[in-house]
Amino acid sequence: MIHSLFLINSSGDIFLEKHWKSVVSRSVCDYFFEAQERATEAENVPPVIPTPHHYLLSVYRHKIFFVAVIQTEVPPLFVIEFLHRVVDTFQDYFGVCSEPVIKDNVVVVYEVLEEMLDNGFPLATESNILKELIKPPTILRTVVNTITGSTNVGDQLPTGQLSVVPWRRTGVKYTNNEAYFDVIEEIDAIIDKSGSTITAEIQGVIDACVKLTGMPDLTLSFMNPRLLDDVSFHPCVRFKRWESERILSFIPPDGNFRLLSYHVSAQNLVAIPVYVKHNISFRDSSSLGRFEITVGPKQTMGKTIEGVIVTSQMPKGVLNMSLTPSQGTHTFDPVTKMLSWDVGKINPQKLPSLKGTMSLQAGASKPDENPTINLQFKIQQLAISGLKVNRLDMYGEKYKPFKGIKYMTKAGKFQVRT
Amino acid sequence: MTVGKDVSALFPDVVNCMQTDNLELKKLVYLYLMNYAKSQPDMAIMAVNTFVKDCEDPNPLIRALAVRTMGCIRVDKITEYLCEPLRKCLKDEDPYVRKTAAVCVAKLHDINAQLVEDQGFLDTLKDLISDSNPMVVANAVAALSEIAESHPSSNLLDLNPQSINKLLTALNECTEWGQIFILDCLANYTPKDDREAQSICERVTPRLSHANSAVVLSAVKVLMKFMEMLSKDLDYYGTLLKKLAPPLVTLLSAEPELQYVALRNINLIVQKRPEILKHEMKVFFVKYNDPIYVKLEKLDIMIRLASQANIAQVLAELKEYATEVDVDFVRKAVRAIGRCAIKVEQSAERCVSTLLDLIQTKVNYVVQEAIVVIKDIFRKYPNKYESVIATLCENLDSLDEPEARAAMIWIVGEYAERIDNADELLESFLEGFHDESTQVQLQLLTAIVKLFLKKPTETQELVQQVLSLATQDSDNPDLRDRGYIYWRLLSTDPVAAKEVVLAEKPLISEETDLIEPTLLDELICYIGTLASVYHKPPSAFVEGGRGVVHKSLPPRTASSESTESPETAPAGAPSGEQPDVIPTQGDLLGDLLNLDLGPPVSGPPLATTSVQMGAVDLLGGGLDSLIGGPNFVAPPAAAVPANLGASMGSGLSDLFDLTSGVGTLSGSYVVPKAVWLPAMKAKGLEISGTFTRQVGSISMDLQLTNKALQVMTDFAIQFNRNSFGLAPAAPLQVHAPLSPNQTVEISLPLNTVGSVMKMEPLNNLQVAVKNNIDVFYFSTLYPLHILFVEDGKMEAVSSRLQGSNIFTVAKRNVEAQDMLYQSLKLTNGIWVLAELRIQPGNPSFTVRLPAPALPALGCLLPCAGQPLLPSLLPRAGVSLMGALAQLGWGPSEPDVNEHQNSEPSFQLSPIRLPR
Repeated sequence: MIHSLFLINSSGDIFLEKHWKSVVSRSVCDYFFEAQERATEAENVPPVIPTPHHYLLSVYRHKIFFVAVIQTEVPPLFVIEFLHRVVDTFQDYFGVCSEPVIKDNVVVVYEVLEEMLDNGFPLATESNILKELIKPPTILRTVVNTITGSTNVGDQLPTGQLSVVPWRRTGVKYTNNEAYFDVIEEIDAIIDKSGSTITAEIQGVIDACVKLTGMPDLTLSFMNPRLLDDVSFHPCVRFKRWESERILSFIPPDGNFRLLSYHVSAQNLVAIPVYVKHNISFRDSSSLGRFEITVGPKQTMGKTIEGVIVTSQMPKGVLNMSLTPSQGTHTFDPVTKMLSWDVGKINPQKLPSLKGTMSLQAGASKPDENPTINLQFKIQQLAISGLKVNRLDMYGEKYKPFKGIKYMTKAGKFQVRT
Repeated sequence: MTVGKDVSALFPDVVNCMQTDNLELKKLVYLYLMNYAKSQPDMAIMAVNTFVKDCEDPNPLIRALAVRTMGCIRVDKITEYLCEPLRKCLKDEDPYVRKTAAVCVAKLHDINAQLVEDQGFLDTLKDLISDSNPMVVANAVAALSEIAESHPSSNLLDLNPQSINKLLTALNECTEWGQIFILDCLANYTPKDDREAQSICERVTPRLSHANSAVVLSAVKVLMKFMEMLSKDLDYYGTLLKKLAPPLVTLLSAEPELQYVALRNINLIVQKRPEILKHEMKVFFVKYNDPIYVKLEKLDIMIRLASQANIAQVLAELKEYATEVDVDFVRKAVRAIGRCAIKVEQSAERCVSTLLDLIQTKVNYVVQEAIVVIKDIFRKYPNKYESVIATLCENLDSLDEPEARAAMIWIVGEYAERIDNADELLESFLEGFHDESTQVQLQLLTAIVKLFLKKPTETQELVQQVLSLATQDSDNPDLRDRGYIYWRLLSTDPVAAKEVVLAEKPLISEETDLIEPTLLDELICYIGTLASVYHKPPSAFVEGGRGVVHKSLPPRTASSESTESPETAPAGAPSGEQPDVIPTQGDLLGDLLNLDLGPPVSGPPLATTSVQMGAVDLLGGGLDSLIGGPNFVAPPAAAVPANLGASMGSGLSDLFDLTSGVGTLSGSYVVPKAVWLPAMKAKGLEISGTFTRQVGSISMDLQLTNKALQVMTDFAIQFNRNSFGLAPAAPLQVHAPLSPNQTVEISLPLNTVGSVMKMEPLNNLQVAVKNNIDVFYFSTLYPLHILFVEDGKMEAVSSRLQGSNIFTVAKRNVEAQDMLYQSLKLTNGIWVLAELRIQPGNPSFTVRLPAPALPALGCLLPCAGQPLLPSLLPRAGVSLMGALAQLGWGPSEPDVNEHQNSEPSFQLSPIRLPR
């Protein structure tokens, strides 16, 4: 099972280590550093690195490497999943997960890690149980702690661990009972030069924020459940009921959680809400290139596209760019060659465009590669797959909860090749 | 403490604080203990009392906390005191405490394994598998799996349908991590028939929609393994295939690290069952900001999925990738185009034109890579695309990598007759001959010789030059030898040289880097583990000291066939114990003499395997090795194995039926075929076989199966010297080449005139088999009864025994016991006499050789088809070995009969008849 954990920052310092069994020397990370050196970028460090006596499994998130050390044959996905869970927990506790924040809260971090694993076996990974054991730091609590000398360790024991619904603590009480569900869909797509879709798929999630008193039992039904043929559920969802009736029935955890995630595959037709017209050309003879991009709405079901950001990694040969946007602001970093254009809202009457010239290295031949355009956008009030929630019912408790549902479509990895 | 200061001096004071009711303080003290107990073992004992007390606290959470902390104190002295509280906690009424205690057993085992076994914690842990609480079950399974890993032989997780049912129930209700442990444990189980496999699959399938990717992949492993048992025409089989695709695709939308592991596993799955993902090509298209390790894996899978239907899409993508920034990735993409051309014939033309387009870009590494793959395309489709050679030649100067240069030279040499200036081109390479790498030098040498054979008139000088360069100025033996061979060929017989050098080349296979089917099957059993990430079996990288049990896929069986003859079943069945395979050595065939790798002296190893026999399910595997051993079951061949297979699992009593049913028949028994040489150890050649004796002649029935990807030819067999001088009476004749996945049955006649050497055990036979790939060695034990000759009869009493040439000398009744005196004679003229004592009503019989100090000769009776002696069956070979060894091969006594072979080591002491 998981032996140890090292946290390494991007400059290669081990700033935190935790051992659940015997202590493994830090020098084991040298193998990791070797691999890191070999990989040109931090993202490219291979996640599984063998060493003579151990295996190092790492994830890279928030500019920190989380390196787990294992000694025996352990499913690597198990370890990687766990590491992601650690990151999520830190984020949940401290708002952001960064080196300074972890260093500031090192005591809480150690306490949390101690509770998450026992001898390498996962112990409490549900955030509500952990929060009962160790209270997350807030400004108020920090102040109170400094004055009274108390700490974050909860004085109760995690009752949730004993129950059959470990994800929910007992005795929850709220004055306002409310349940909000967010249907968020991300489009991953690759669009080719001519504007036709090479591949497009939708990753959807339903995130919930449920603040209900007692032990409510919820059912959520959809207008078109047939869309959901590839789903993964939070453990609270009763799978049998879904299989037979296509209804989500569950006792919700308290607070924020991800109820389900789903995938609408490339085989279904996916509507593409935006198009990009581009004209990027280099000429062999001159050291100037032409650059022109226009973004416009495509299949948006009448909704506005907002928060559009266009980024593109320009070829190394590009020295500088002089561009004029019709709206929004743009920046070009001559060191990383990253062009970024914050467009904002798309007005269908007046399509935003970015035009200008690129100056190339004098005398150099024209670049081999074509830049790929990366697009980010948001569409409120729309689930692009067409998924719609029918109704939400509550059983088991007497009060009337306030219910809300929100739809949103975002760009995931939305790439346009030029 | 947390800032790195040593505060161990405060130990006594801190321990005093332990008995507090303040939970926070208690936790801190526990933390302190975990850190410093090791450095202050004597002091740590003071803490024991508190632990014991806390383990009886009314609050279950305190009990659990105490037991959890206890296990983390790695001090030997303390662990002894902790056994009692731990035992109590394992039986605690609260599931939370039991669950924590289960993990504690694993901790304790890590510190002191012996203690855990002595205290019987393992059995308690096994009981917890049937606990009512799913979390307890999951933790017990996790703990047992961890312990089992350090004790591969201990058979801790002994699964049966009942416990499987328990696990499946717990699976639905336990935490995600628990589900992983349970699924991994389920994967080790072998269902007894397809119905059971199907019902397990049905209950595992819901796990495919779990949010935790590790759960999903573990479930995929179980399904992939059990699917092997389902019949392909079953509706359910198709449904299952369809259900597997979406979760695998979903894994690809997770974080890149998860994607990587998933992709490595998908790579295996696609090779095993391409139909699962054949419509999902698009999800493997590469995004430009994927990490490089994900890109390379995706590319690999894309090529595996490429088919005529989607080749256009794939090629368009690959061409796109070839203009990316990352050099490694671009190279691989270009190479992938070549692989597509070779794999999908219809697309070859398109691929070549795509490659030409890429060459036009003049990007150096793209051009080089393209030339390397075009060489392969030329190999696959000779004389089809020569028109592109001109374009290739334009780029001759830009090639600086040896592989690309060698490829270009090969092309020039191969098509020398169509390239007008081939001699000039090659000459230009020759200038820097000594600076080239060996690969290029060899290729250049061959190419120039080819050129000479095609255009002898103009190139005489050139060939002279290269030959002298290769033979005189080079210190590379490979190059020199090749040079000399060509030289001699050319000078003696140019026609022969032409035939040799310009011979037709064998076709290249479609897919170059497929994993060997046997390895693939094993890896499928390891989906989701490190082994699947490395594509190597765990034995290849797991650290020594931990023996690794080989896993293999269950054979496909239908329930109606569950009684099928073991002769067909064991062929695919996993074998619990591998037959002895003599490690391949560079030695020549005959040089077997110094190998002493047979199993150690007669008794122990075989005895242990035979003990299990009653309980082993024949079809479930594990038995073939036993059958391969000296297993003297007498009944005749044809009818028996079927019965044997059916009854072996159900235990001893059935054996009575079995043997009494067939005992009346006469004739010599044939042991079912067993795998002697597994494919894994012999580069894909699997040999199984048995020995038979029919009408006075001995033969070895062999079954050769080619599990490799290439054709096997030129088989030959040879035996090492052995105790009875067994030798092949005719060469091994395999008439046609053995193509992949083909099986051939051969009966090899044997005689006993070979040279003799005493083996340990006596009936050990070391065999070398050669084919066009390599020479493989293995050893097997032949059943002694094949050596019993027909004229061994001394006095006819029992006709049953005569069937196998065992004869009864005398029979009498002493103290209500039947005494039988038996005789038999071996091929080399050794007579064996034995006494058999039969007590009515007692199923076990005493057999001994009458001379004092001679151990029981139990073997003789079962092998003679004695229907009354089932319990002796397994032991048979062993004791005969022991008996004979002491009987005949010891230092000579005064009255020695010279053995007819007059080998000095073959001396036989006389056996006195009883009384």
